[in-house]
Amino acid sequence: MRKYILAIVFSLLIGSIILSCQDEGQIEQAKYLTGGKDLYKLHCQNCHGENGEGLGELAPPLTDSVFLAEHKQKLACYIKNGLSDTITVNDVKYDGKMPGFKQLNDIDIAKLIVYITNSFGHKQGMYKYEQVAADLQNCK
Amino acid sequence: MKRTVISLWALCFLFLFSCSNEKKLPIFGERSVKIVKGTDGIDRIDTVYKTVPDFKFLNQDSVYITQDDFKGKIYVTDFFFTSCSTICPVMHRNLKEVYEKFKSNPEVMFLSHTIDFKYDKPSVLKKYAQKLGVDTKKWEFVYGDKESVYTLAEKDYLVAVKEDSSATDGYIHQGWLVLVDKHRRLRGAYDGTKSEEVAKLEKDIAILLAEKE
Repeated sequence: MRKYILAIVFSLLIGSIILSCQDEGQIEQAKYLTGGKDLYKLHCQNCHGENGEGLGELAPPLTDSVFLAEHKQKLACYIKNGLSDTITVNDVKYDGKMPGFKQLNDIDIAKLIVYITNSFGHKQGMYKYEQVAADLQNCK
Repeated sequence: MKRTVISLWALCFLFLFSCSNEKKLPIFGERSVKIVKGTDGIDRIDTVYKTVPDFKFLNQDSVYITQDDFKGKIYVTDFFFTSCSTICPVMHRNLKEVYEKFKSNPEVMFLSHTIDFKYDKPSVLKKYAQKLGVDTKKWEFVYGDKESVYTLAEKDYLVAVKEDSSATDGYIHQGWLVLVDKHRRLRGAYDGTKSEEVAKLEKDIAILLAEKE
């Protein structure tokens, strides 16, 4: 009997050690995600909607995976400087003006990008804050 | 035994009557009294409710609309501006849902006033209405000079609006959706940024529609 209990306790211990060994990258991404969600609510949700559905033709939805993937290097520019070009999202043209969010620093922009590109049905992985500075260099 | 049956019946009737009591919305705004002479020559006291005064604004098609366009209708009104990125998108996202619900009811209308008298000319409003997907006769977007729109907002619809250069987009205003009845009286105000309040608005529109004249 005692042997059994020991065996169970031992295997539980090993199991929990293995489970807690999530890889570091995943933990970091989870941190970005939670921070990003709060920032999204604060700065983006009014126009783009709780589920990224957009608002009529006034604000584009954030559900177009192809658009996000193709423009991933430009997302930081869009957020920081705003956008007034005409863009096509989910086959619909949008020519409205998005305000820039100059006050956001690199880490906040990175969190937003991670949240947006890993929510609303997307799974595009990590985007580190170091990348923001590099991408902002190439804004038009 | 007989007594129980009778009291049960009485109880049933009570329930019946309590159900037939129709719900009524309150009437808002200051009220005054006036003395009216009845047909029998006796003076009586009558309550005068606050009503929305006459107005005349350009709509999104650059056509003047007045109170007469809302005659015999109940309507929901609000104050917004097209370049607003704070509460307006949320208000209109919610109001659009109400609009969709009552789209086929000719007795319900919507009236949005812009408070950006500098930029939101009718052509801008037209574009906005089209993009929101509600460019119909049922939902009017109107433009007027600062004085008349701001006065109407604060004195008559009881919504605070202000030009403020320190605010995010240059204006501050409250997000009330105001419900007005067929006699131009205010019957409700709902926070357009809260979905539970907007759900209440939908219910109250139905109550108001069912109200007898």
